[in-house]
Amino acid sequence: MMTHTAYVAASYGTAALTVVALILWVWTDGRARRRELQALEKAGIRRRSAQGGEAQ
Amino acid sequence: MSENSLSIRKFSDLANPTRFLGLAGRVLPWLVGLTVVLFAIGLYLSFTTEGDYQQGETVRIMYVHVPAAWLSMMCYTVMAVSALGTLVWRHPLADVSARAAAPIGASFTFLALVTGSLWGKPMWGTWWVWDARLTSVFVLFLMYLGLIALNRAMDDPGKAAKVSAILILVGFVNIPIIKFSVEWWNTLHQPASVLRLGGSAIDPEFLWPLLVMAVAFTLLFFALHIAAMRNEIWRRRVTSMRRQAARAAGREA
Repeated sequence: MMTHTAYVAASYGTAALTVVALILWVWTDGRARRRELQALEKAGIRRRSAQGGEAQ
Repeated sequence: MSENSLSIRKFSDLANPTRFLGLAGRVLPWLVGLTVVLFAIGLYLSFTTEGDYQQGETVRIMYVHVPAAWLSMMCYTVMAVSALGTLVWRHPLADVSARAAAPIGASFTFLALVTGSLWGKPMWGTWWVWDARLTSVFVLFLMYLGLIALNRAMDDPGKAAKVSAILILVGFVNIPIIKFSVEWWNTLHQPASVLRLGGSAIDPEFLWPLLVMAVAFTLLFFALHIAAMRNEIWRRRVTSMRRQAARAAGREA
């Protein structure tokens, strides 16, 4: 039999884990995409709209 | 230029992904800062206010359960508006928005289900019942998972956008069902006590931490959504640049 405090702790623990997992997913995904864009730009590949001079 | 066309122009300016990226970069630090401050206040209030005379300590579960449940529905509503944006206005960011919101909505629905179960066991004596409220929220969770799977399964982004937009709009029928399930059917889940006709039926001792936590969770959602949209725009740019590079290499060969 769990105490009431244990149910509260489990709820806040699950909330913390879910929120941290979401933040980590968004953050690592963003970092990976930025790296890919940088690598492409370094290789001399530019977006068509950026080739015309005006960066859109 | 008339005021009306000026506001239309402002709206269509936002349709430009590059402008959106600039705006996201400016807004996100403030949004994140405000979210952290509100969570600090909300968590302080959640653990310093009195326990309930009947529920004891378990009333504190409400401060995470209710915001998560609200967000699970709000996120789907954001996706439904985005779906309209894809189908009706062909807004270039609409599909980006719907696609970025789905995993966030699924996470908050998961959180609402788990914390509800952890609150149900000590208060109702059971982890789960197949009543109208719990079942309709479970269906919402399955719909989020289905939409994520559908988006990943289709190679053609234009087709995926259209099909998911239609599916999102069809699934929107579940949102009023979730909201009014506790009034339409006899459920173990209690009826609404904050947003209801005749005013809130909740004591201010519990209402304040609940409201602060709800605003904190909502800001967290928008911060995550904007950041996830930015990632999606970058992902699409990488794909189109790679395709462009492959085409150029093909011409040279």
